[in-house]
Amino acid sequence: MTGTGPVPHTMDEVVEQGHVVLCCGTGGVGKTTTAAVLAMEGARRGRRAVVVTIDPAKRLANALGLDELASEPHEINPALWDPKGTARPGGHLSAMMLDPKATFDRLVTRYARDPQQAQRILDNTFYRNISSALSGTQEYMAMEKLHELHAEGGYELIVVDTPPSRHALDFLDAPARLLRLLDNRVFRLLMVPTRTYLRVAGAAVQSFLRTVSRVVGAEVVDDIVTFFRAFEGMEEGFRQRAHRVQEVLAQPETRFVLVTSPQRDALDEAQFFAEKIGDHGLSVAALVVNRMHPRFGDEHAEGLRARAASLRDLPVSSPEGQAARDHLAAGYDNLADFNEIAQRERRHLERVRVRVGHAAVAHVPFLAHDVHDFDALSEIAALLFSPDAADR
Amino acid sequence: MEVRDFCATARVVVVAGKGGVGKTTVTATLAVAAARAGMSVLIVEVEGKSGLAAAFGRPPLAYEEAQLAPGIRARTLTPDAALLDWLEHNGLGRISRRLVRSGALDVVATAVPGMKDILVLGKVKSLEMGRDADLIVVDAPAAGHAVTFLLSPRGLLDSVRVGPVRRQAEDVVALLSDPSRCQVMLVTLPEETPVNELVDTAYAIEDRVGVALGPVVVNGCYEDLPLANDDGCSAASFRHDGDVLDVFVSEREARDLAAAAAFRVERAALQRHQADRLAARLPLPQIRLPFMFRGDIGPVELDHLATAFTEELARL
Repeated sequence: MTGTGPVPHTMDEVVEQGHVVLCCGTGGVGKTTTAAVLAMEGARRGRRAVVVTIDPAKRLANALGLDELASEPHEINPALWDPKGTARPGGHLSAMMLDPKATFDRLVTRYARDPQQAQRILDNTFYRNISSALSGTQEYMAMEKLHELHAEGGYELIVVDTPPSRHALDFLDAPARLLRLLDNRVFRLLMVPTRTYLRVAGAAVQSFLRTVSRVVGAEVVDDIVTFFRAFEGMEEGFRQRAHRVQEVLAQPETRFVLVTSPQRDALDEAQFFAEKIGDHGLSVAALVVNRMHPRFGDEHAEGLRARAASLRDLPVSSPEGQAARDHLAAGYDNLADFNEIAQRERRHLERVRVRVGHAAVAHVPFLAHDVHDFDALSEIAALLFSPDAADR
Repeated sequence: MEVRDFCATARVVVVAGKGGVGKTTVTATLAVAAARAGMSVLIVEVEGKSGLAAAFGRPPLAYEEAQLAPGIRARTLTPDAALLDWLEHNGLGRISRRLVRSGALDVVATAVPGMKDILVLGKVKSLEMGRDADLIVVDAPAAGHAVTFLLSPRGLLDSVRVGPVRRQAEDVVALLSDPSRCQVMLVTLPEETPVNELVDTAYAIEDRVGVALGPVVVNGCYEDLPLANDDGCSAASFRHDGDVLDVFVSEREARDLAAAAAFRVERAALQRHQADRLAARLPLPQIRLPFMFRGDIGPVELDHLATAFTEELARL
């Protein structure tokens, strides 16, 4: 149903029918908040929901009961997300924070032949760098966690916040990137030095490594070689796993929610994302635009500015007249400011809207305060969802 | 402080902040202000795609330098390109292509976290040493990446004990920890979460990286308009203006004027509160830049922002 059907998506449909919901977008556009709102709304509509957050702002994390230890889903007290007790029965809300290293460690343990192999890998310096510092690991582990929750968690709705990155698409490519690294030919050749037909290649590789050693030091190369030796035989498990993650993403119950701000750069990136995701045979189910400027009335900015300018030219004789003139002119300038930016945001947005076809489009205006409690999440939910769809 | 004095503090200014706060805008603003003061400026972009060239009304940047405006040049430094460059200079040109093509570079870079950052910062250092420009402005990766980015040379000194990469890291650490050569300018928005994160980043950078912090830029501040007179900014007050001036202000228009005025006054107060809170928690001078209602960041807006930047600097 994702994208191919003629039925347009709605935000309600996303949280009621979606199984895996991925919130994508560049950094600083409100992905984490949106993910939390979607999971909460799903729970209020009677579904077993979990939200996987990545590096949430501290106060939002506190509201969700997340601390550094919350790397496994833990249930949030319904009194928090359903204070009036009006949610549909059966709802459940859990939250967790992604811990890429712990997730990776568990994968290694799972695919190792024996505990000794696992330990050799976990102790290796090169592995520790991959699991904690490599860009792409966070994305890959978010996908891995998603798969784990899908296969074993018993959740009906899994909302995943994707890592902040300049490029919203990074997480789709991350598994492939990591696999390429683990599968590196040059270093894999080192693992089978005994096979005679590789002797020649082996010699070339050895000379290559000597050069690398000269640049970064022999210890570093030793770590790498030790890692690839220890890792031998596990690539296949990782590859299959990555493949299954891709399958989950392609399932008809998967929904991509593209989160953006109405600024030109963010929308350019959103548009790029919508096009690329189409290349993967997937489509965007909803576009959530945060921090929209309000629009007051429907007069055009140009007319309002002209009005302010003509007021400033108005001759006045009294201090009272002068005060009135300055105040009213400032009023028109201000109204022009907001209507100008609102016009521009809506124009930029239109460009992306036509790209996302049947996606639901929801606007969240600038809020007077930051979002760090369930009241504020509810406020956003009220803006995103139709009021009569939930028994609230 | 004059722009010239600010630029004379250190030849390299690293502009850092969380995604979406307008780092690139501030980078461009500083460049325009410095160029106006007669300095030659080189902007270094490290994340590839950003709106930098677009802000100057130019096509996207390549690795080669491009002239963005009179006195302002810019280039993108990607780790891969910086590495090839570096290998050439170290007499390793022969293996460089193989390193990249075989994917071994990724493996080595993973083995030495921060190596890519070192290569980029190392290139910045050689531009600085070469006195390539009066001012080099680095548009850093988004924070927390900024902390990692600036911290990587120290981390690398722990993991690599010998060889040219280590020497490179030592040179970079020397640059970063010398306030007369390099300062970091942090950027934030006058909002709660960005302010909190900026404070954390600032302390992390100062404590762990040992880099000198320059003024903090608070971007996107609503400029004050005389909207609230004695009657506040009610619809009645705008209608009253109309009566005094003998011009017609319709009921509906007065309502729109009032709602827009109330929104601005309220947000401006919130922004001031956040900027003041930042000042209380982080004892660094602040440069407040206005929010640009009138257009996406382009040459006209940059001009306006550069003027504001210069005025704010003069206040310090």
